Order: sequence, then C-alpha cells, then structure tokens
Amino acid sequence: MTSAITVTGLRKSFGSKVVLDGIDLEVGAGTTFSLLGPNGAGKTTTVQIMSTLVRADGGEVRVAGHDVARNPAAVRAAIGVTGQFSAVDNLLTGEENLLLMADLHHLSRARGRRRAAGLLEKFDLADAARKTVTTYSGGMRRRLDLAMTLVGDPRIIFLDEPTTGLDPRSRRMMWQTIRDLVADGVTIFLTTQQLDEADALADHIALLDHGKVVAAGTPEELKRGIPGAHVRLRFAAVAGLDAAERALGGAFRHEDTLTLEVPSDGGATAVRALLNRLGDTADAVDEVSVHTPDLDDVFFALTGHPAAKAADEEMENVR
Amino acid sequence: MTTLTLAARDSATMTRRSLRHVMRYPVTLVVSVVVPVMLLLLFTGVFGSLRSSLGAVSHSAYLAYVVPGIIVMTAAYGSSVTAQSINRDSTEGIIARFRTMAISPASVLNGHVISALARTLLSVALVIGVSIGLGFRPTADAGRWLAVAGVTALLVLALTWLAVPFGLAAKTAEGLSGFVLIVQLLPFISSAFVPPDQMSGSVRWFAAHQPFTPVIDTLRGLLTGTADGGTALVAVAWCIGIALAGYLWARVLFRRDLSR
Repeated sequence: MTSAITVTGLRKSFGSKVVLDGIDLEVGAGTTFSLLGPNGAGKTTTVQIMSTLVRADGGEVRVAGHDVARNPAAVRAAIGVTGQFSAVDNLLTGEENLLLMADLHHLSRARGRRRAAGLLEKFDLADAARKTVTTYSGGMRRRLDLAMTLVGDPRIIFLDEPTTGLDPRSRRMMWQTIRDLVADGVTIFLTTQQLDEADALADHIALLDHGKVVAAGTPEELKRGIPGAHVRLRFAAVAGLDAAERALGGAFRHEDTLTLEVPSDGGATAVRALLNRLGDTADAVDEVSVHTPDLDDVFFALTGHPAAKAADEEMENVR
Repeated sequence: MTTLTLAARDSATMTRRSLRHVMRYPVTLVVSVVVPVMLLLLFTGVFGSLRSSLGAVSHSAYLAYVVPGIIVMTAAYGSSVTAQSINRDSTEGIIARFRTMAISPASVLNGHVISALARTLLSVALVIGVSIGLGFRPTADAGRWLAVAGVTALLVLALTWLAVPFGLAAKTAEGLSGFVLIVQLLPFISSAFVPPDQMSGSVRWFAAHQPFTPVIDTLRGLLTGTADGGTALVAVAWCIGIALAGYLWARVLFRRDLSR
C-alpha cells in the first residue's frame, strides 16, 4: 500500500501551550483516515499543518510524496481542504464561488462552467446557484464548501469536522459524498468528534488527546476495548427497582438514581425481549432509554479519563 | 506557465472577485461618495460662510480651497472600506482557503489593492464631478489633470497598502476602529480646511508636517494653479514611504502562521 500522508514526530506549540506533542500518522492512498478527538485535542492544528497553513515546530510531514515545509506548492497542487477554518465567499452566489475556484485552477471558461454546473447538480444546489451564499442554510453552505474543494479534482482531501452542526439528513448526504469520493480513489483525511462518524466512514482511526495519539487502529480494533451499548431503566420507587433486578439478573444497579443498566445492542428486538423478560414489572418502569457508546466512553475506556473539557477549547479559540 | 504570468492571471481573477463585491453592493460606492460630499456641503455651508462673513475669504474661493481636502478624505474613506473587506476575508476564512490552493500567493492581496484603487478613484471622480456642480472651477489644463490623477492614485495606493495589514491583523471588524478613526480624522488636522499657519502651537506644527498636508497642497496647486514643486516631492515621498511600509507589514502578516 502506498502512503498518501506520512507524519512522524509532529510537534507544535502556540506560545507555552503544547498543541501537538509528537504524533505519528500513516494514511494509505485511496483510504479514509479519521482523526478522532474532543475539542482542543489538536485536530484542526494537525490539518492546518498538513495543508501548509501552519508551520510545524518539529517532525516531518509528507503529503502526496512532498514535504510540506520544503515544497508547499506541490502539496497544495495535490490537496483540497474543507473545514471549520476554510470558507466560502458569502458575497458571491454559489455558482460564482465555483467559477472563482475554476478560474484559480486555470480551467478554460467552458470547462469551468461545465464543472460548476455538474457540481451544483451533484450537491443539490442547482436551484440556489444564482443566490448569494448569505441566503444559504448551514447544510447548503457546507455542501458548497466541499463542492468548491472538488473543482480542482484533488487526490487528497482534508475534511475538518465536515458534519459538525449539520442536521441528520445533511449529515447522511455528506457521508454518502465521502464514500463516493473514496470509491473514485480519493484519499480522505477526516477529523471528527463523533465516534459513529469515524466508525461509519474510516478505514483507520487515530484517537487524539491533548496533542498525543492515544490509540490507533481499525474501527473494529478500537471498539473491542469499549463497553457495549446498554438499555437504561429508570424507576419511581425502590420496590420496582428490586423486582426488576430480580427478574433480569446481570443488570447493573444505580441506587441513587433508581436506575438499572442492562447490556444490550439497543435494537428494537433486544429491547422488546428485555421488556418481555420484565413481564408485569415493566409497569414500574418510568423511563426506558438506549445508550450507545460515544466519544466519552471511548476516551474513558482507552485513556482512563474523560475527554478534555470545553475549557481547553476556549483556550485554543482565544489564541 | 511562468511565475509572472501565473501571478498576473490569479491577480486578475482576484480583482474580478473584489470588483464583483463592489457591484453586488453598490451602496458601499454610493456612501463613499455621499460622505465626502456631505462634508463638502458642511464645510462650505457652515465653516465657509463663517469665514466669508468675517471677510476672510469669498464662498467660491473657500470651495476651491476645500475641494483638495475632500478628495483626500474620499481616499481615506475608501481605505477604511478596503480594510473592512480584507478583514472580512481574513476572519471568515476564505484567505485560509486561498492559501491552501496552488495559486500565486501575492494575488490574494493584489486583487484587493487593484480593485480598491479602481473603486476609490471612481469615488474621487464622482466627488470632483459633484464639486464642479456646486460651483468649483478648477483652472488645471490636461497635463495638470493628469498629474492630479497621478497624485491621487499614488495617495490611494499608499492608503490601501496601509489598510491591508490593519485588515489582516484585526481579529474582528471592531478591531479596525482605530485605523478607521485615524485615517478619517487626520485630514481634519491638516491644510484641508484651514491653512496650518492660522492654527496655534503644536496643532500648527502637526498640521504642517503630517503626510496629508503636502498631498492636499499639491492637489490644490495643480487644480487651482499654485503648483509648488517642493510640496509635490514631499507628497510623493510620503505616499511611497507609506505604501512600502504597509506592503512590507502586510507581507509579514500574510506569511505568518494562522494561529487563530
């Protein structure tokens, strides 16, 4: 397997704050790699260094075979970036934004127009093509952002939290687009805070915490160490809790919140079976909720401490 | 494609983009003409009437005196619009996108500067047109008009290159208020409305030595026939110096890491 991106010993500090503390990554060409981590873990900084926006303090980063420090122009020619920090031109229309990208990629007028029209169609923006971006919804803007990245036909695409703040439908659309790109042989480097997103899309995941890679592997390898989903039953009184615990067996009891946690995959069949086992005791249940492992669980399982708090994120935003 | 043709092509694309912004929101252009014209009316109507009532100067003579200052204020107003538009690009992140693309890096700022030059010179031309409508009678011949255009373009270039680093450096639009205040207020303490030798003490010294005064004096000389070669040289030197300083500072800011 050839590598699209190799990172060795990457370090970066902003002032006295260490953001990246020696990270190593390897991304195979034509695969999807996900950098998973909470706010403030250093995900965006990593992408900014790989996309030539920020210089590293130490270590080596090679993208598409070129060193980002020594030959940034060659790296830029191979990549596309869509993310939190990149943006669209709000004062232009969607179509004008795409034509601007076509001009900057030195496409001929006719080719640029064809490319723009094709992308507007593909990203479901044809109806809004002549409207200024200020009138777009968050999902439309994100789609336009990615469409602009695709004008130059990049072989490596960086997506920095591409679905943060999107509604579920837009999120699904974005996922499908990413899968289509990979099917065309594009390498995707994706950062996300959501375990299910990395799980759904990535061939390999690296877990970033406080500027260090704390775990790496395929989604299956990582999930092996994580507690499974469970169903949570909440009761109004201790009597119900006692009865249900006897009926189920093997459930984990929380005395203070009057809840029982029952290991389960959380699917409808499993929940129905669980309620059947409760029988009449089910009437004593106030609330049934299904809990699937999220980033917090992964962090707790793999690092033994909860994910970094929002305070760190604010620290980074202040810089 | 050579580096130079690449730079020219990308700069042209970026200039088209900026000009499209101007045409999409023509109100910016209208305001950049209306504000100086309001000032012109204010000064000739209020201040000029006061001076003519004191017998110091006739109304039409004062109008002729004030117009060069108004031209400079139009250029100053234009530069604050430029700073805002660069700041918007910088804070909204489109400059970050441009910097990850295989384009001529210089084109990003060049596009802004070239379109700012075109936009501001158009505003100045409109302001001069309105002044003539109000009774301003310049005595310049074609050669002097050309010199007026040259000096004005140089001034706009200087103020624009000064606006660029301020636009890049400010983290929010509010952070620009210092720059806007300085470029818009400085002309008031110059030879724009009153000859500095009629001012008192340190204000007089400041007004006589600040960069806007030689530019205004040069324009006044060219437009109404009292050209002073020495002043013109000082004006050109100031403009080139300011443009160069702004350009170098902008280059440093543009290349620095994006740490926000």
